[in-house]
Amino acid sequence: MSTKSNLATLAPPAPPLQVYIPAAGLVISQPAAREADERARAVASPKDLRTEPGPIRFIIIALAVSFLTVFVVLPLVVVFAQAFSKGIGAYLAALAEPEALSAIKLTLLVAAISVSLNLVFGVIAAWAITKFDFRGKTFLITLIDLPFSVSPVISGLVFVLLFGAQGYWGTWLQANNIHVLFAVPGIALATIFVTFPFVARSLIPLMQEQGTQEEEAAISLGASGLQTFFRVTLPNIKWGLLYGVLLCNARAMGEFGAVSVVSGHIRGETNTMPLLVEILYNEYQFVASFAIASLLAMLALITLVVKTVLEQRLDEGQTPRDH
Amino acid sequence: MGLTLTWLSVIILIPLAGLFLKTLELSPAQFWEILTSRRTLNALRISFGLSFAAACVNLVMGTIIVWALVRYRFPGRRLFDAIVDIPFALPTAVAGVALTQLFAQKGWLGAPLAELGIKVAFTPIGIFIAMVFIGIPFVVRTVQPVLIDLDPEIEEAAASLGANRWHTVFRVILPSLIPALLTGFALAFARAVGEYGSVIFIAGNLPNVSEIAPLLIVIRLSEFRYADATAIAVIMLLASFLIIFAVNRLQRWAQTRLPAH
Repeated sequence: MSTKSNLATLAPPAPPLQVYIPAAGLVISQPAAREADERARAVASPKDLRTEPGPIRFIIIALAVSFLTVFVVLPLVVVFAQAFSKGIGAYLAALAEPEALSAIKLTLLVAAISVSLNLVFGVIAAWAITKFDFRGKTFLITLIDLPFSVSPVISGLVFVLLFGAQGYWGTWLQANNIHVLFAVPGIALATIFVTFPFVARSLIPLMQEQGTQEEEAAISLGASGLQTFFRVTLPNIKWGLLYGVLLCNARAMGEFGAVSVVSGHIRGETNTMPLLVEILYNEYQFVASFAIASLLAMLALITLVVKTVLEQRLDEGQTPRDH
Repeated sequence: MGLTLTWLSVIILIPLAGLFLKTLELSPAQFWEILTSRRTLNALRISFGLSFAAACVNLVMGTIIVWALVRYRFPGRRLFDAIVDIPFALPTAVAGVALTQLFAQKGWLGAPLAELGIKVAFTPIGIFIAMVFIGIPFVVRTVQPVLIDLDPEIEEAAASLGANRWHTVFRVILPSLIPALLTGFALAFARAVGEYGSVIFIAGNLPNVSEIAPLLIVIRLSEFRYADATAIAVIMLLASFLIIFAVNRLQRWAQTRLPAH
């Protein structure tokens, strides 16, 4: 959704909140200035022309706030209320169960594998797409976006079709005693699939905006390819990169549908945290289930806080609004 | 470059190709039979029908939320702005158990609703609620930047030319938000159709009544009826391709009509 950037460039120049530096190809806008401008627009515009009568304003705010409270805040509160419903002792005991510990370990392991691989290949993909011209670029971008729009269940299914007992490579794998499905490699593959777009997608708009001038300058001054990447490109994209890694990690740890299809639910072995939440919930072990769920909810909240901070940093460049 | 393509092929292209190859093993008659079996048709009807209804609610409520967040100042505005992203960030399984607990017969919201004679959890209404939950951010986040960047002069012009506020909003502002609104609607719809984790807990999962298509895929897989699972998956995949395509067209439309202002 590149509407934002396009609008920003096409709209007639409103108050000069953005300083455009053509040489660097950067749009710099300070968060503070932006906020001040927003406020100025809300206040300074002739007051009766651009707003609604008081009662209507009140109704709209009330509707928005109560809808968000019922549908978003309450479910979150329920998670913590249930987790602590039998006291903090029961909560900690539930988290210390061997099953819970092995699920936490597996989740961390899978997230580490998929985030690091997607980090490397996300940067390479974004680099290839933004700094070079080649045929089939649009197709490549569509391919990268695909996991966003495919049902997680289908993401898991495709790996079952490849590696399952009836799958294309199933018999060969069995003959050679290699376990992919119902084991860590399968879980990691499915997770890599669903988290593939995050890093590349956060970097593409940023790198597009920055162009290739700085890299060309570095190369013409005698820097090698690697030097150029680590000294010029990487510092330019570091906030965007962190942003992508953050979202990628959150999804990797929380993925349920795709992982559930390929994991086989072997207790203590192939259960990630979201899968354990499901199993315990279906066994009516609500405190234990919500205790694990509360860890995942904390992860989500921390992710959101860090994301807000990173977005402010990115405002110095451009904010990826895609997610 | 070559590295990117190789990696993409291994992770995305080959698995997807496998899916289509598997479908080709079915004769058209078999394929048709799977898709038109009563259980499959009902699952698809439930998934697409309820997703459409949920996306409609998201469209209306999303517009109201985005209007409040962008145009008004009220205590806690920034907090609520951040809250909009929670359905994105919360793992789906967590959302699923939380919503089920909330709307179950003894839950905080389920109990009062049960007294009114409305049963939410383990019925299609529950599926609908879960789909509304996961769709909220899409409309809000696609419309928000457009509404922020909307030129204030257009509104002022409309007002000073004698349009009342009602006219200005519905004839001037909303039309320029339409591409963004439709994009948000399509994204929310696509997400709801494919959603699994947050729906299956609250759904009840009764075949033909409250069984969504992604769940039917999982059930067929666990019965080792790979062909059935694949056929349903291909149809859903085609549907999401169509939606991506529509969204891309919408984006292009939005860009071409902009300079006209």
